[in-house]
Amino acid sequence: MSRPEDTLPPDLFYNDSESRKYTTSSRIQKIQSDMTRRALALLSLSSPSLVLDIGCGSGLSGEILSQADDEGTPGGPHVWVGFDISASMLGVALEKEVEGDLLLADAGQGVPFRAGTFDAAISISAIQWLCNAESSEDSPAGRLSRFFNGLYASLRRGGRAVCQFYPKNNEQKKMVSSAAVRAGFGAGLLEDDPGTKNAKTYLVLTVGGGDLDGDITGVVRGMEGVDVMDQRRKAKSKKRAEDTRGSRAWIMNKKEKMERQGRVVKASSKYTGRKRRIAF
Amino acid sequence: MKLLTLNFLTCARRTCKTSPSSFPLHPREAELEILESELNLVFLRNILPRLMWSELRGIGEELGLPSLPESPPSREDLVTKPSPAKPSSVTEPSSVEEEGGEGEEVPSQTAKDLHRLLLETTIKEGKLVCGNCGHEYAVKEGVANFLLPGHLV
Repeated sequence: MSRPEDTLPPDLFYNDSESRKYTTSSRIQKIQSDMTRRALALLSLSSPSLVLDIGCGSGLSGEILSQADDEGTPGGPHVWVGFDISASMLGVALEKEVEGDLLLADAGQGVPFRAGTFDAAISISAIQWLCNAESSEDSPAGRLSRFFNGLYASLRRGGRAVCQFYPKNNEQKKMVSSAAVRAGFGAGLLEDDPGTKNAKTYLVLTVGGGDLDGDITGVVRGMEGVDVMDQRRKAKSKKRAEDTRGSRAWIMNKKEKMERQGRVVKASSKYTGRKRRIAF
Repeated sequence: MKLLTLNFLTCARRTCKTSPSSFPLHPREAELEILESELNLVFLRNILPRLMWSELRGIGEELGLPSLPESPPSREDLVTKPSPAKPSSVTEPSSVEEEGGEGEEVPSQTAKDLHRLLLETTIKEGKLVCGNCGHEYAVKEGVANFLLPGHLV
């Protein structure tokens, strides 16, 4: 599968013709609306809320957000604000007369809203674009951290964000989720159809406080067909007091760790970690 | 762009984040437009505590809109109270109670005005100016441009 983010920056890639293609393709529309509905299920909003749509594009997901409760949007109709970096995409959205407010903004430059603005945030197929920096004064890590810090601040306590994205590899998945954790979110990844070509990754982010049930494990509790793999590091009960740097125990521990990583490690003997006699 | 959104937008520059005057952004040479939409009472009630009322009043004044009351309306003000001139007959209490009390909440004039101001009044063309750094964000066809050149990020 070709990755558009490797070819051009988003504001250039989604030009007029590409935006139109994206919006009129019924296949893309179907995938997008399925993913939006899945994300909304994860957000589990119960009343009309103010929702941020990051990378709203032509408003495909926004249209679903403004639908009423009986049309299939839980808690709707929501009022949404969307931003996107591609002016052509926003042009298509304007033509369609979507109900939400649109902004031309780069998520990698932060989120220009005051603290505690939104009840929830949604992002469909957008944040993989943040993993590329277009200029030498910018870096993917910097863009991601600015985005997640801004998002964290703009959500109210107890709010949730669901970002569906297409990670290039495991490294990118890790980079995105660790940036979110560093910003303060409780983060978890949900994967639909894992291992297949059309795997979809959802980053479920929670802001602490409020009436929220913990992190992603609370979010997916009660959902059908979801396996939880908790990879959080268990709190270490072992005391580390005796392992002072340079001691024999410390060296043995280090060697063991290196060996597990597949490095070549010198054999241990009774001389390992022993002090040399003072040679005078 | 709705006035509701304007009540939440701040300057995008990082150096302005710490300054209180980066919020609100001041509209200049704004061209307003009314876009009708359906009133959503639950949403209004939800958003009410998050509004910055004094800033909203300030923006209303800058745009030359009719002045707003000093204090924000409370959640109770949004619904019309069941009419006090209810027939006090005891013959059919249950049916009357259900109709007036719980069944359908009728939005009051306050709610209608608030909806008009926040969700139907939009800025079509103009500029938004940061009170701290003076950066101007252009608004065209209702879409504000918050892209910053690299050296300002």
